[in-house]
Amino acid sequence: MAKVLMKGNEAIAEAAIRAGCLNYFAYPITPQSEVAEYLAWRMPEVGGVFLQGESEVAVSYMIHGAAAAGVRVFTTSSSPGISLMSEAISYMAGAQVPAVLVNIMRGGPGLGGILPSQADYLQATKGIGHGDGRLLVMAPATVQEAVEMVMQAFPLAEKYRNPVMILGDGLIGQMMEPVDFPDNLKTEPSNKDQWATNGMDFRGVDKPNIVRSLYLDPTELNDNNLTLRAKYERMKNEDVRSESYNLDSDYRILIVSYGTMSRVCKTAIDDLKSQGIEVGLMRPQTLFPFPEQAIHSAAQKLHCQKVFSIEMSMGQMVEDVERSIKGCKPVQWYGKCGGEVPTPEEIMDLIQAEPAIK
Amino acid sequence: MAKTFQRPQCLTDRPTHYCPGCTHGVAHRLVAEVIDELGIRGRTVGLAPVGCAVLMYNYVDVDFQEASHGRAPAMATGVKRVRPDLMVFTYQGDGDLASIGMGEIVHAANRGERFTTIFINNAVYGMTGGQMAPTSMPGQRTTTSPFGRKPDEVGMPIRVSELLASLVTPGFITRQSLIKPKHINKAKKAIKQAFEYQMENRCFSFVELISTCPTNWGMTPVEAVQWAEENLLPYYPLGVYKTPEE
Amino acid sequence: MAYRYCIEENMCKGCGLCVSVCPKKVLEISKQINTKGYFPAYQARPDDCITCAICCTMCPDVAITIMETDEAKASQKK
Repeated sequence: MAKVLMKGNEAIAEAAIRAGCLNYFAYPITPQSEVAEYLAWRMPEVGGVFLQGESEVAVSYMIHGAAAAGVRVFTTSSSPGISLMSEAISYMAGAQVPAVLVNIMRGGPGLGGILPSQADYLQATKGIGHGDGRLLVMAPATVQEAVEMVMQAFPLAEKYRNPVMILGDGLIGQMMEPVDFPDNLKTEPSNKDQWATNGMDFRGVDKPNIVRSLYLDPTELNDNNLTLRAKYERMKNEDVRSESYNLDSDYRILIVSYGTMSRVCKTAIDDLKSQGIEVGLMRPQTLFPFPEQAIHSAAQKLHCQKVFSIEMSMGQMVEDVERSIKGCKPVQWYGKCGGEVPTPEEIMDLIQAEPAIK
Repeated sequence: MAKTFQRPQCLTDRPTHYCPGCTHGVAHRLVAEVIDELGIRGRTVGLAPVGCAVLMYNYVDVDFQEASHGRAPAMATGVKRVRPDLMVFTYQGDGDLASIGMGEIVHAANRGERFTTIFINNAVYGMTGGQMAPTSMPGQRTTTSPFGRKPDEVGMPIRVSELLASLVTPGFITRQSLIKPKHINKAKKAIKQAFEYQMENRCFSFVELISTCPTNWGMTPVEAVQWAEENLLPYYPLGVYKTPEE
Repeated sequence: MAYRYCIEENMCKGCGLCVSVCPKKVLEISKQINTKGYFPAYQARPDDCITCAICCTMCPDVAITIMETDEAKASQKK
């Protein structure tokens, strides 16, 4: 299939349709409004549902309602809008409803800025909503990867009956790159008749399905949470993903970086390599589950002296990196925020200043 | 004159957790009867509120989703837009619909979403123990208005039916009451009409039901009916405020 | 046609609404507690009952049913 040059937001929109998701509810917010603008004409073309809701709060519940009725549905938003969706995401996690959410991160906290950031890492992986619900979080580094992750997100959400988030940033959303849309993704058979409110007549049964997260009996609530926990453990065993870069060298420094930030790091690594300095990169592709073991193994190598967590935030992923490293090597955060993207030169200077390199 | 009377098919025989004399039980029965009479149980989805009726799915035996506080109209929008063949209704109290959920109900009504809302107006927050609601009356003592609601501090009660009827988008908006048998019979007709509009895919339909809350009003059920008649009905007149034909 | 009037004692919460709406003053609140701890309503003057079903309409617990006698026999297994 020929590649098409597409803006990230539009590619994400198209990817959902190619994944068989014909339902989209959203609210405008920079830097992802182009998703809604694209789907406003594209969804009717494919006979799908498009609705701009009145707020992210309302939209998050439209997603919940539609998903609980057993159809593929997704939404896109950006940091402040995602905060507004927290409650609904908690409800979806508690009620085990599959849905796909895309966060095109912008600067924060508060109204922040409209330029890219990676400052919603902790929100997505640790604190998206009250209670013991978690999101499966994927982080693309290119528009092509964003397309693939969006298409994989739907069957993953259905496999786990859990919301799945694609954590992109404004760079992914706004830049144009060549993409092609894979058409051979495997999908799990849908089990929706077991739980969805899609009408007893359509299921051919007499027993209603109730989608709920209220368990007033403490034992039942604990059991529900144990069920959720077991799912998250299964995610860790079956669906954790990461990319290794230059890890077959004698790297003195290991960088952990994700998303578009990792591409800047790769450029720096390539330039340093040409100067005879070896640096390795571990790029998490799933942020939850976090590739703890892969990072630990990479850091444990004798030649590795130090680990950097380089992110467009004030130090969020670094906590998971420290946890993964388990103290076997020193860990340091480097980052910039609010739309300032570290340059390859900055990364190179950072590395070259290290005693381990000298 | 003699009549027979039975529990509707899709009302379970589970004893309800509602207080003695609470008109939720009446409202549930009317909704269940309408679902039976229209033969739509197998394709109906209810959205239960956060409020005393949070466990409505234990009583009305259809597919149900639990909504968060105030957001049932948004969830119903999601369900109905992706599965327009399903009959979708929300059932909400005055805290749920007229306070936190005001945005969602206004926008759903304004978009003309093709679902039905049953709005239980009993001028108080029931489940959480009797706090003031946007629909509480001036001078009404509640746990958060212990000296009586003061309009010059917190404004006058909101008349939701009139508010929604002021939207230009066509809809069926009516206020009925559950406080006495004659009213209940009219309320049933209104609920059925509301669901019929949905079956025709005609418009958004909304039935406000003046109800009692004996426990949080601090009265017996019979006293509560009296209080509702004297204090709620004059401020919240019964009637049809909008039909799609207008 | 004969009718069977029944108040399901253990569904009744003794709210008294049926007593207040009965046009023939048939109903009263029992002095005998039910299994839920409520004092249920009962027909104190059943002969005055005209099976208008106004009590049924009012009852929030749908505790009152009126059936035609043949049907009543058929569903007595309840």
